[in-house]
Amino acid sequence: MQVPAHVEYERATSVAHALSLLSRPETRVVAGGHSLIPMMKLRLAQPELLVDINGLAELAFIVLDGGQLRIGALARHADLLDSAVAGECFAIFHDAERVVADPIVRLWGTVGGSLCQADPSEDLSAAFAATRATAVIRGPDGERTVPVREFHLGPYETVIGRGELLAEVRVPVRPGMGSAYQKVARRVGDWSVAAAGAVLTLDGGKILQAGIGLTAVGAEHFVAAEAEDYLRGRAADEDSFQAAGKIAAGHCQPVADQRGPEDFKRHLVAELTTRALRRAAARVGS
Amino acid sequence: MTIRVAMTVNGTEYARDVEPRLLLIHFIRDELGLTGSHWGCDTSNCGSCVVWLDAKPVKSCTLLAAMADGHAVRTVEGLEQDGRLDPVQQGFVECHGLQCGFCTPGMLMTARWLLDRNPDPDEAEIREAISGQICRCTGYENIVRSIRWAAEHAGQTP
Repeated sequence: MQVPAHVEYERATSVAHALSLLSRPETRVVAGGHSLIPMMKLRLAQPELLVDINGLAELAFIVLDGGQLRIGALARHADLLDSAVAGECFAIFHDAERVVADPIVRLWGTVGGSLCQADPSEDLSAAFAATRATAVIRGPDGERTVPVREFHLGPYETVIGRGELLAEVRVPVRPGMGSAYQKVARRVGDWSVAAAGAVLTLDGGKILQAGIGLTAVGAEHFVAAEAEDYLRGRAADEDSFQAAGKIAAGHCQPVADQRGPEDFKRHLVAELTTRALRRAAARVGS
Repeated sequence: MTIRVAMTVNGTEYARDVEPRLLLIHFIRDELGLTGSHWGCDTSNCGSCVVWLDAKPVKSCTLLAAMADGHAVRTVEGLEQDGRLDPVQQGFVECHGLQCGFCTPGMLMTARWLLDRNPDPDEAEIREAISGQICRCTGYENIVRSIRWAAEHAGQTP
């Protein structure tokens, strides 16, 4: 029987209330709880106080606002998957959400929770890295923004400090964009063996900017920076995409585990990166 | 330390003083004695503990009872209405949708949720909906048939 250790519980009634509760040491936010509660059962997390933010409806939104897609931290995976505006701007989010956990878990797990959990195999972290999103963090001194590419300090560690709360993620929308996400998992609902997300901004047949996110393969900040650099200014064609896949595979740091050996994971990175780029390019303007 | 947790379960109000760490599945089974919902893998994989919290199914081994405070829970015991089985329950009877029955309460609650949203799901949609739940007896074939039976017999059970 797995049960969490003793813990106190408070329900936040506003963001300000949540921030005041979070000023106490050894406090964790609980939203969907579908990562945190299993970790508490295993004593991998042992907070003294849980702050339940499920009542903070002001953090549960997905809107297109000016040139940005704004996603509240409390938006559920299922909300993002069901959001027509998110899918129109960034097909990568719908691709990724279809393979995050399972349909029941997606009803509860949140976008903010996924980022803050900072699991090195998490899908949305790679998708947000590919889109060059920005995290909006609220704290006792007001609001600050951090690029998602600087948000994760390492496995299960983020820049969120004591007394702070991730409020939303903002994703810049530009003309000429296409995006896609490709994942290989052992079975439905499992973590990735490897996965790659791609965002391409094209001008005619030329790549203005490429964003490539990788998960589960030890890519720093979930980014394949060398492959992105390679693609900038090149033709958006099969040769470029295959070369970028090989570069991404060469620069990530997968480790052998029960999901497969290192060379297999590198092979997946090359293939999935190429496929994601190919599909992202095909989606530009669609 | 305990806290007061109150919720409506299948239309009946309950309140108990419980530890904040108590999981919803244990609240339902051990505090309320509603043992229809099953406590299975404890790791949110198997789905035998699925109940509804308000209008959405949830794996109740992965939620604290405290998080359900003030909300409405529906368990497998709440499917039957006035002595009439829900069509999903009747479907499992008609199509042999269970063998050992351990996964059945969760399957039924997810099936009801699916049919409320999509009254005429095809096989792929049914398999997607139950993809977060594990059955080790049936090979899923008869579960899919049972849910299809329920879709075809909505409102017609005796």
